[in-house]
Amino acid sequence: MNSLLKILKDFPAYLWSGWGAIASILLFIAFWDAGNQIYGDLVLPSPLETFKTLMSMLQDESVITEIKVTLYRASMGFGISLLFGSALGLIAGFFATASMMSRPIVTILVGMPPIAWIVLAMIWFGMGDETVIFTVVVASFPIIFVGALQGTRTLDGDLKEMADSFGLPWHMKFFDVYFPHIFSYVFPAWVSGLGMAWKIVIMAELLATSDGMGASLAVARSQLDTPTALALVVIMIGSLMFIEYIILEPIKREVELWRS
Amino acid sequence: MEKLEVKGLHHHFGFTEILRDISFTLDKGEVLSIVGPSGGGKTTLLHLCADLLDVEEGSVTNSFASSSYAFQEDRLLPWKNVIDNIALGLLAKGDKKSVAIEKSQEIALKFGLEEEDFEKFPKDLSGGMKQRVSFARALVVKPSLLFLDEPFSALDIGLKKELQAILIEMISKKEISVLFITHDLMEAIRLSDEILLLKADPGHIVKKFQYDLPQDKRDDKYVYGESAKILQDDEIIDTFELELR
Repeated sequence: MNSLLKILKDFPAYLWSGWGAIASILLFIAFWDAGNQIYGDLVLPSPLETFKTLMSMLQDESVITEIKVTLYRASMGFGISLLFGSALGLIAGFFATASMMSRPIVTILVGMPPIAWIVLAMIWFGMGDETVIFTVVVASFPIIFVGALQGTRTLDGDLKEMADSFGLPWHMKFFDVYFPHIFSYVFPAWVSGLGMAWKIVIMAELLATSDGMGASLAVARSQLDTPTALALVVIMIGSLMFIEYIILEPIKREVELWRS
Repeated sequence: MEKLEVKGLHHHFGFTEILRDISFTLDKGEVLSIVGPSGGGKTTLLHLCADLLDVEEGSVTNSFASSSYAFQEDRLLPWKNVIDNIALGLLAKGDKKSVAIEKSQEIALKFGLEEEDFEKFPKDLSGGMKQRVSFARALVVKPSLLFLDEPFSALDIGLKKELQAILIEMISKKEISVLFITHDLMEAIRLSDEILLLKADPGHIVKKFQYDLPQDKRDDKYVYGESAKILQDDEIIDTFELELR
């Protein structure tokens, strides 16, 4: 509770520190506009046109529905990975055999290209929600699993001994000794898992469904509607940046204050 | 009468014999030092006495009402600030949070920490400050028995004296009993009522030394004199493999 208040209190100062980031984004948009002037509207529509398309899309009921569909799939997939990845990773970390055995499996999961998973999922589940959600889970689960596993594997034996010497009761041992350490590993894994989920969901939709933002992107491609395609990209990037910089980064700063 | 009694203690790690037939008794208000070269099983012995390791053979009977342990390293929780680190033992005992914080602040000031350090995390403290915090954490619970595992070995001379002075004050008021492990003979002579010499491979006790002068009466001259005497002892020379020319 206290840390939540602190996050909110530090938030304005954090936002104020974002001027550099905004400047670099504006610079990027300037380059984009230069690209438009060289290559023309069909290849690279100007930022202004893109944002105009974006505004009209956001007022369109059907576009909002597509976004909601994508959001649902991404959060379902990510939620499943978060739950099972964290839980299984923590458990595996506590047993040497389990962590040893899970390593090659994780390597397989990470090493297999998501596009191959999509093909398999299309065969197994057909064209629909399950295929997309499955692909998202398969892509983001190992990241979270490994984070949680590392968290428990690297618990400090010296601190455990210290906790024993003071006779800490189990709930204090968990919340004061184990949890902060594990969380410092799991939380960054959640963040990268989320980024992964958001990218994979679009790709899976583009190939395997007829609705959602990925499917809209496929339609825009077939109609050579570059402004719409770019506007969709802006929505994807914008939402990811919002989640990462406005929600997650302030939390990360607060919980990792003690790190050198 | 509170006491710590160790009888016929043997310990192995795998096939390696670490400790052989250790017996001693620590009475209330006494300071017992175990000296010996590094790697001689001293820390293992202390862990067994403090119930951080399971006794395999022999017995350890601890009837002291409470105990705490000061480690060789500071072992602070990196995600807790100075005061919360000190309060850890108090909270584990069931003290209310506000009481624990108050007691911790009091002892922190006594141990030479400044109010502006209270909110700092261990990463922002110097090595000496961390050790002060660690020492304060062990003493704030007012243990009747204190286990000390060379807590002074990494400190500069001034801080070492300062912390020892605090300890000597508590010892002379008979507030605390101490089981102390060190490889520093002078330190042992300054603080102990009795010194046990632990010879390595496997660890066994070869000799005992008694010091009757109260700790607060021992000045540098006494400590140096006794150190010079003890360094002439054949068993000491043999145990530490001193080559005196």
